[in-house]
Amino acid sequence: MERFFQFSIRQIHDKLLQKEFSAREIAQAYIRRAKERDGGLNAFLTQTPELALEQAKKVDEKIAAGQDIGQLAGIPIAIKDSIFVRDVRCTAASRILENYIAPYDATVVKKLRDADAMLVGKTNTDEFNMGASTENSAFGVTKNPHDPTRVAGGSSGGSAAAVASSQAHVALGADTGGSIRLPAAFCGVVGMKPTYGAVSRHGLIAMASSLDQIGPLAKRAEDAELVFQAISGHDNFDATSLRYQYTPNEHVELENIRIGIPEEYFAEGIDPAVEKRIRQTIEKLAAAGASIRQVSLPHTKYALGAYYILNTSEVSSNLARYDGIRYGESAQGGNNLLSVYTESRKEFLGKEVKRRIMLGTYALSAGYYDAYYIKAQKIRTLLKRDFDTVFGQVDCVVGPVTPFLPFKISERVADPLAMYLVDLYTVPVNLVGLPALSLPVGNVGDLPVGMHFVGKPLSESLLFGIAKATEKLL
Amino acid sequence: MLSKEEVQHIAKLARIELSDTEVEKFQKELGDVLEYFEILGELDTATVQPMTHSVALANIKRQDATEPNLDSAETLLEMAPETQNGYLKVKSIL
Repeated sequence: MERFFQFSIRQIHDKLLQKEFSAREIAQAYIRRAKERDGGLNAFLTQTPELALEQAKKVDEKIAAGQDIGQLAGIPIAIKDSIFVRDVRCTAASRILENYIAPYDATVVKKLRDADAMLVGKTNTDEFNMGASTENSAFGVTKNPHDPTRVAGGSSGGSAAAVASSQAHVALGADTGGSIRLPAAFCGVVGMKPTYGAVSRHGLIAMASSLDQIGPLAKRAEDAELVFQAISGHDNFDATSLRYQYTPNEHVELENIRIGIPEEYFAEGIDPAVEKRIRQTIEKLAAAGASIRQVSLPHTKYALGAYYILNTSEVSSNLARYDGIRYGESAQGGNNLLSVYTESRKEFLGKEVKRRIMLGTYALSAGYYDAYYIKAQKIRTLLKRDFDTVFGQVDCVVGPVTPFLPFKISERVADPLAMYLVDLYTVPVNLVGLPALSLPVGNVGDLPVGMHFVGKPLSESLLFGIAKATEKLL
Repeated sequence: MLSKEEVQHIAKLARIELSDTEVEKFQKELGDVLEYFEILGELDTATVQPMTHSVALANIKRQDATEPNLDSAETLLEMAPETQNGYLKVKSIL
């Protein structure tokens, strides 16, 4: 193992300044690692070693000249392939964008460049981020580094697997219903879905715009926090981004924290081994002085239905742009305009994408709009009220990220509903726009278990503080 | 279970050409998910306001001014399957 892999971002920063090693050496070590490991895992869709080396050179020159370096200087970062890196192929794991070259940097990528991070590649995802296992990628499944017969989770499975297998130090994912937190849990890394609006979505290929957020994945909470700090904040190119400046909280004491345990998050169907790990961690938090209370989120069982109505409705609208006219692959065989639309979509969109477009089109079609779309939005209000009440009593809510351990490849593909159930505990957070974090809290056999911490809007510093304190107890 | 005609109607609205096998598959798969949605009917939401967005934002205004972001319009045009004289070229509508 290369020594770099175990260091934190802050340690690497100091060691670079002390000239213990150079950014170039770090970049080379990670590029070598990706060459060795990725053939078996398929975490990356595109690797960008030349980009990483070019950025390493810039960092080393700054250090040699005695200039300041950015907060993420010399840190190899992988980017989910639904986020634009200028002049690099961006596919969203769809055949319809197989040869699409991003014409600009996403705002988050621009910020990473400004912080001197090194971009090592673009990671696999379910097609257009639709899925919980990367099995919906048009370019093959990402395998779980802890057990290659199992999925890495999704949709940001490539990012989670890249971090877990030390092919990138940290990564960016995007989370619409659990797509950062679930793969983080399955791969045993930290993943954070920020408050809606905390991070700009400019340059993220849209799936469901009222739910999508970009966030960090890392081996430790402190590193995820530094990446979040670098990418968050207002952006003129995203009208839904919030005006705020993130400051880490270094003084979170568990004795002062009230933690809520919702009975609904330990409902029937949860794997008993997962439940045991989570309950053990809760006991450790209690022993460390946190006050633990039972709380109730009574509308939880309606969240998944509401989520899939809203998600597919927004999908059907957002993906109308893939019509074979302005960019992307195009089927030109027919003889009129309509056939270009219908044939391009038939040939180049995958099964799950078609399924969601169809469902959303149905939900929004004449006669069904009130029964599905409006109903789901009303349930969103009820879920928000649930959380408002609970956050009057506690500072954060914890439970399992998912009821299941990482499942076998192809175990759930035949049944779309079985796949949707994986997101049971993560989707309410997106519907309400809350920040939430997935923290690895031990294994069952070789397979990692993730604990879910959910906070009030813009309580990221508290969540990271609690996560950092929890890591010390494990 | 949706009828064949229902699936074909939705496919037409969604501008997706489906094979006969796909139509058959979607009849069942979409039917199953729609059945799952029926659980929402348990809740009386007559007096609940719909929530369109998780973050309450006021209208955001800005000057109606352009800012350079891309190198050129050519960058975008180069991505299109067919162009002519700086325009996108499409097949006939009728």
